[in-house]
Parts: sequence; C-alpha cells; structure tokens
Amino acid sequence: MSASTGFGTAADTPGNLPPADATALLPEPAAPGRTRRVRLPRSPKILIGLGALIGFIILAVIGPWLAPYDPSASLSTTNGVPQPPSAAHWLGTTQVQQDVFSQLLTGGRSTVLVAFLAGVVATILSVLFGVTSGYLGGLSDDLLSMLANFFLVLPALPLLIVIFGFLPSAGGGNDLLIGLIIAVTGWAFGARVLRAQTLSLRNRDYVESARIAGERTWRIIGFEIVPNLIPIIAASFLFTVLYGVGTYTAMAFLGLINPNHWSWGGMLFLAQQQQAEVSGWWWWYLPPGLAVAFLGTALALLNFGIDEFINPRLRAAGLSRRRARRTGAAPVPRRYTLGVTPVARAQEEGQR
Amino acid sequence: MRVLSRRILFYALTALAAITVDFFIPRLMPGDPVGALLARLQSQVTTGTIKSLEAQFGLNTKEGLWGQYVHYLNNVLHGNLGISTGYYPSTVTDVIKGALPWTLGLVGVATVISFVLGTLLGILVAWRRGSWLDNALPAMTFFQAAPYFFIAFLALDLFSTRLGWFPSGQAYSLGTFPAWNLSYAGDVLDHAVLPALTIVVCSAAGWIVGMRNVMVTTMDEDYVLVAQAKGLPKRRVVGYAARNAILPSISGFSLAIGFVVSGALLTEIVFSYPGLGWILLQAVNNRDYPLLQGIFLIVTFAVLAANLIADFTYVLLDPRTRQEA
Repeated sequence: MSASTGFGTAADTPGNLPPADATALLPEPAAPGRTRRVRLPRSPKILIGLGALIGFIILAVIGPWLAPYDPSASLSTTNGVPQPPSAAHWLGTTQVQQDVFSQLLTGGRSTVLVAFLAGVVATILSVLFGVTSGYLGGLSDDLLSMLANFFLVLPALPLLIVIFGFLPSAGGGNDLLIGLIIAVTGWAFGARVLRAQTLSLRNRDYVESARIAGERTWRIIGFEIVPNLIPIIAASFLFTVLYGVGTYTAMAFLGLINPNHWSWGGMLFLAQQQQAEVSGWWWWYLPPGLAVAFLGTALALLNFGIDEFINPRLRAAGLSRRRARRTGAAPVPRRYTLGVTPVARAQEEGQR
Repeated sequence: MRVLSRRILFYALTALAAITVDFFIPRLMPGDPVGALLARLQSQVTTGTIKSLEAQFGLNTKEGLWGQYVHYLNNVLHGNLGISTGYYPSTVTDVIKGALPWTLGLVGVATVISFVLGTLLGILVAWRRGSWLDNALPAMTFFQAAPYFFIAFLALDLFSTRLGWFPSGQAYSLGTFPAWNLSYAGDVLDHAVLPALTIVVCSAAGWIVGMRNVMVTTMDEDYVLVAQAKGLPKRRVVGYAARNAILPSISGFSLAIGFVVSGALLTEIVFSYPGLGWILLQAVNNRDYPLLQGIFLIVTFAVLAANLIADFTYVLLDPRTRQEA
C-alpha cells in the first residue's frame, strides 16, 4: 500500500471487512452479450449466514404482531423485582414488570430496519463516490478520496453521539432519520474498496473499447464497471449493515434513542440502568444482547463466505494436492467457482 | 520524507475538519448549553445570572459566523474547550484531563495486547491451514459481531457477580487513594483486568481473521515456494511470509482503531471505569454539550495520533515506501 495516498491497497482489511484485495482475484468480466452462468456459492458459511439473516428479517416483520403483551405495559404494580422466566413470561420480566419476550419481539423491527436502511444508503453513497472517483481520476479523485479518508479516520461513535445528543428528543425515535445519520458516517470504507477495484477495471480492454465506441461516461460506469463490482458491493453492503446494527445498538444503549421506541439496544440501556448485569438478572440483558450478536454473526458469516467466493484461496478446503498428501488428508480438488485461476502478483502492482 | 509529510498534512487537515464539524453541529441543531444548565440547576435564576452564563459560554457575542469560528479555533488551539455544564464550574479541559489517563492506559495496553495476540494467532491459523483451527474462524465472527458492551455484561455477570474473582467496576477500590505504591498498583490492575479482557476478546478476532487471510495469500507467493524448495525449516519459511503479511495489518490498523476506541468507550461505561467513556455517558445524561464536543475532539486527536504512529511504523518496516521519496 502506498502510504502516501492511503488508498489503492491490497488486502489490508482486518476482520470481516470486504477484501480490498488484489485486482486479479476478481472474476474476469464476461464478454458483453454472452450470458454467464454464475454458480452461486454453497459453502456452509453462506447458507447458515443467509438462513439466519432471513430468519431475522422475518422476525422483524412479524415480531411485533407475535408479541404476547404490550412491551411498554407494566403487568403488575405490586412487584418491584424482575421475575425470572416462567410459563407466563418466557423470558421473565423487567423491573417494572414488562414482558421481556414481547420487548425482544417488538425491538427486532426497529433494529433490523435501521441497520438495513443504513446499509442501503451507505452502499449507494459508496458506489457513487468510490466508483466515480476511481473512474474519473485526477482532481475529482483526489478530492473524493480525501473526503472518504476523512470519514474513515474520524472515530464515528463520538461524532454520532454529538449529533444524536443535539437532536431533539422527538427525533430520537425516527428510524429513517437514524438510519440516514448512521449511513453518512459509514459509507467511506466501501467507497475506498470500490475505488481501488475501479482503478483496476478502468483500463481493461472491454472498458477501453466501450470508451472508443463513444459510450457516455455514465453508461460505461453503470453497465461496464458496476456489474463487475457486484460481489464487492455485496460485501460492502453487508459490512455496512453490520456497522448499522452495532452503531444503532450503541446509540440506544447510551440512551440517545427514546427508550419507548423499542429496540434491542434500548432494552440493554434499560437493563444497564437497573444494573441487571450485577444483580444476576440475566434474562433481561442476555436475550437482546444475544439477538444483536447473532444478527451480527449472520452478517459476518455471509460476508466471510462472499470473501471466499471472491478470493478462493481463502478457503480452508483449497489445499494443494501436495500439501494434502503430506497432511494425510484426501486430496481436495480445487474448484474455482468461476473457472478462473487467481494470479498471485496483483498485490505488488498496487504497492508501487 | 515526502510520504510522511503528506500524511502529516492530511492528518492536520482532518483535525481541522473535525474542529470545523464540532463548531458547526451545535449551530445547526436546536438547543443551547445555557438552557441545559438552567434546567439542571432548577432554581430561581436572575436575568443577570443568565447573561453572565451566556458570556461565559461565548453565546452573547455579536461577531459574525467567521469571527466566531476564528475565535473557536483559537480557543481550541490554546486548549480552551469551554466550561462543562454537567460538572459546572469545571472546565471541559480539566474534566477530560482527569479521565484521559485511565482511558489511555486501559485502551492502549488492551489494543497492543490484542494486536500482538491476534497477529500471532492469525499466523498460527494460516500455518495450520486445513486443520481444526479453521473451524474456529466462524466462531470468532461471533466475538467480532457482538457489541463490546454486551461481552462486558457477560464478563461482569460471570466473573464478578457469580464467581467473585474480580471487582465489579471502578478503577480502584473505594477508600483507597491514588499513591505510587505496590498495593495501589495491584488494586488498579485488579480493576483493569475485566475491562481489558473484554476489549482484547472483542478486538483480537478482527486481527486474527485479517492476518490469517493475508497470510494465506502470502504463503502462495513464489519466494515462499523458493524458501521451501531450498529446504528451510517450516518455522523460518512461515517467519519470512509473516514479515510480509503483517504490513497490511499495520496499514489496516487505522481502520480498526476507531472501532476499538468506540467499543472501549462503551466498555468503560459498563464497568463504571472513570475514563472518557464514563464522562461521555455523564455528558450524554446531562446534555452537557461542551463536554460532548470536547470528548469528540480529544478522541479524534488521539485516533489521528495512533494513525500517524501506524504510518511511521509502516514506513519504517517497508523500504519500498522510503524509495518513493
């Protein structure tokens, strides 16, 4: 990676961020006009991640209708101690005798909605900024990269706290507004990755020929470049949704979101306020925390799977015959999903 | 060196932009600090008091926006971040000064531990590729995806409330006074274990996966094959590959550090650890806008400084960046 720009780099991605990796690892673009059969990846990571994610989305849609009680209603005024799980209250009750299970079912909608909203908006922004700056180059590239880098190094949480802190409390329960604000702080990473990939695509022959054929810039970007970036856009979308889940939960946990606007982070906020974690009231804080963690895990697994789809070498099963023989395992045939052998040298080009 | 001076320039511009954002957000939003303070005091206040408070917070100025901005910049450069409404009449700078050492100590040590540990484990997982260790990777995504403060809840409930191994919060026992002696140091360490553990567990997963992924790619390079063909012991071959694979981890540091710091601030809140996270919560609860803005600035500056250190390390480690200059 050239430290001078902070861009254009290889796989400098910690964790489940989508790979900014190697240009040659992208599937070769199909010749225009020829339909290409993309075999969808079937790794267990993708299947489990996708299944869990769909489960969460269904929960978000129907959860509030399934809730047996009103999540805000105090079901008894005589008892001031949270009740452990029972037949009447599957996940027990809170300090003021609200049903935790109902809160969990109700809170999913807002959490999932905000996260996906943030993901969609941030992905649109990152495609817009990243692909444009990578394709156009020159001064507009410098300025857009600068903007992306600025958002990248700025610690998002304190900034969001300042913004949400100044919002009037009425704005604290508006999913649309929350999602938009989170998206504004979360698009930069995707833009950075997409810019690096666009740089590698813009001088490929098929783009060159489209340019010579006199296609308009926006058409080239929209029809020649973006379709070849789809796996990376998908990975960056999942990453931003994951970011949205974490950020929204953190904001609600800090009490910056109106707690009557039920979300999993809001439940954690109330539990923390009543010191559920030092009082042993696990049924209060464990369900929303696990829900957030599993939603995040589903997204991260899916992202992981897409990473391996883009870069087959990351797969554990991609052992060479020689190594496989030495470790005593049965030889595993390499199977490239798109029939392209990855080339190993791409990284260095980006570093010069 | 050209590379580094460009980076320093970029960080200086980013810091300026952060200050600018800090200046404009309160002016774009409804609400004012004096109103918040008066609501807190909840007492009979004369108009004279309000006027003097407004003067103190710099709200009564007849200056134009540009004048205010220059004034604000000047104040920030002189370390004057205004007066905290929540800790009135302490200045924001003093409140932050009291909390900053705790956060720097906790987050600094935890980040270094998790980076070293995560990188080493990442190398191990890539080395033993195809073994059972690969199955641990998806499990790690759980810790990566779980919010820091939820892991902190679990740690607190399990190790403090149920097992009683560690104290349940604060940075030192009530009744002890800060002193440079062994028992106090031990007490502080005892209180730091759980929060530090939370931060390490949550952030190490990212380093492991990142390092493993780059390492796997590096192990396919020609020079690794040459090293193997020469008959070097596996340990040394992995050493050669790891030295190259660690570079992206270091440049990825800048991406991760913001997340780690954010998570650490939330962890502090759960443990009532008297660092920046804790006063951040107080600032949120009190609608203490000057303190909120001050914390935002300080955290931004700290993250930028960490980035700069990572950049220096990168240039130090990778000769190619030096040739460019």
